[in-house]
Amino acid sequence: MLAYSIRRLITALPTLFFGVSLTFFIIRLAPGDPTDRFLTPSMSPKIKAAITEKFGLNEPLPVQYMTWAKNVVLNFDFGKSFANGREASQVILDALPYTLLLSSLSLLFGVLLGLISGVYSALKAGTRTDRAITSFLLFFYSVPSFWLGLILLGIFSIELGWLPGSQISSIFHERLSFFGKIGDYASHLVLPVLTLGLTTAPVYGRFVRSSMVEVLNSDFIVSARARGLSERKVVFNYGLRNALLPLISILGTSFPALFSGAVIVEVIYSLPGMGRVMVDAALGRDYPVIMAASVVAFIAVIIGNLLADIGYAVADPRVRIGDSS
Amino acid sequence: MNNFKKLISKLWKSTSGRIGLILVALFLLLALGAPLLSPYDPVKQNLILRSSPPSFSHLFGTDLFGRDILSRLIYGARVSIGIGLGSAFLAVILGSAVGLAAGFLRGRTDTVLMRIVDLLLGFPKFFILLLVVGLGSPSIWLTASVLGALSWMEIARVVRGEVILIREMNYVKAATALGLSPMNIALRYVLPNVSGSIIVSATLLIGTMILIEASLSYLGFGVQPPDASWGTIMNQGRIDPLGTWWISVSAGLAIILSLIGFNLLGDSLRDVLDPRTENAQS
Repeated sequence: MLAYSIRRLITALPTLFFGVSLTFFIIRLAPGDPTDRFLTPSMSPKIKAAITEKFGLNEPLPVQYMTWAKNVVLNFDFGKSFANGREASQVILDALPYTLLLSSLSLLFGVLLGLISGVYSALKAGTRTDRAITSFLLFFYSVPSFWLGLILLGIFSIELGWLPGSQISSIFHERLSFFGKIGDYASHLVLPVLTLGLTTAPVYGRFVRSSMVEVLNSDFIVSARARGLSERKVVFNYGLRNALLPLISILGTSFPALFSGAVIVEVIYSLPGMGRVMVDAALGRDYPVIMAASVVAFIAVIIGNLLADIGYAVADPRVRIGDSS
Repeated sequence: MNNFKKLISKLWKSTSGRIGLILVALFLLLALGAPLLSPYDPVKQNLILRSSPPSFSHLFGTDLFGRDILSRLIYGARVSIGIGLGSAFLAVILGSAVGLAAGFLRGRTDTVLMRIVDLLLGFPKFFILLLVVGLGSPSIWLTASVLGALSWMEIARVVRGEVILIREMNYVKAATALGLSPMNIALRYVLPNVSGSIIVSATLLIGTMILIEASLSYLGFGVQPPDASWGTIMNQGRIDPLGTWWISVSAGLAIILSLIGFNLLGDSLRDVLDPRTENAQS
């Protein structure tokens, strides 16, 4: 398993290299100038030239690329943010934990909700309960996360005042006890996790329902029932196990969607995660930060795919990943 | 045309198919007939009526510049649905071509094309969109092209999978034996048999594209004024979520209803066109 994982990561290196390089050239060739934010029309062109020189933007593009790549590979140096002079890698590392926390909690909530509603709906296939759950899933499948976020924010934070609606912690956070701090974080995460979880649950729920309905109609379930096994055993040991297989591969490939969902939710709830960083960097043409963020985004996708493959092999003994090639 | 009628009548039989058809037809009608249907000029500002709540003269209220929300939403349908249709169309063309070539020719072509598909699937799509659309000053065309160019891979996979099965069918073998050129066989005998799956994927993709575009516009990265998509309109409601709730609520409803329409239509098309799921859906 370990050998396989390492080999998979090595074969993913070309994807990482190609993708990151492509991103480098795309953002440089796209219109917009990082020096704009420091200039007003009345300033002399000399200042613009000096800033361009300072950021190393006057070199030919391939030279800039080589310099950037060399620094990243040899020294793990992504350069300094144009906006505030901080190390780009540090900007990302500060923001990443919040995004990971938000994404993993939402994923957990979304998968659980999707699994329960999907299985229950499949067991009641064709009844009114099934139709109610299916409609519920379709509705949240069609709701944009930013809309749901705004509505929840308006109701529970602004109107009722039950939960905080922005930032990750309160201003008096430092004065709280250890458990008080955790509770403080938790209360700030309720609405974001609810928003992201509710909009991801239908992806899994709809999938689990159709795959469970198919499995429950298959011959081996009929024969298991015929052998007189208890309904509970039939559903959970035979049905669910087989219906879950495709879910695992969906899970891994849904990482990018989860990541982009987190970006939007973070912006709505003013959380200090990758979303805020990415949007600011894209707006300000902050090349070093954009590139550092894109490396993280590519790695997240690669790890997601790897986890999906490993999960698949663990759940289905027929798949022997060790000697697949 | 006869086939089309048959398909519609089959769709009409199920409740979800009916709702899907009605919603999609409604939004297409709104987009096409925007100048006739919208009660006001969507860009005309009326500073006296700034941020006024829904009333009989302005059913969905007005925005921060006193523009009529309903009219803006009707014109916004042109942008949002136009981008959805345009990008899905591009994705279908690219995806079908790649999937058909890979599945029909197999061999090295297949390996190379599928390597490219895997590579592109590994791209963090939303982030690339944010960069490309965010760094340019995106027109409707640019947004639609970039969305389409980043979304054809799933369709290519579906088409390839089906083509691999179809090329082993006897009628394809017969066509080969008769000496028809591969191009001819692929386009005349293989492609029509994959069209069902393509239509289903494309319909579901339209919804996804509308949603992604709305997210981008909502973050301020989408189409620029004077054009406004539903996401752009919603963005205005962000400044004062409770004070101007009708902006977010009505723009959100437009997005949700159109997505429900395309998703229901896609699901029902799958039930009708794909024999495998016939007993799975009740």
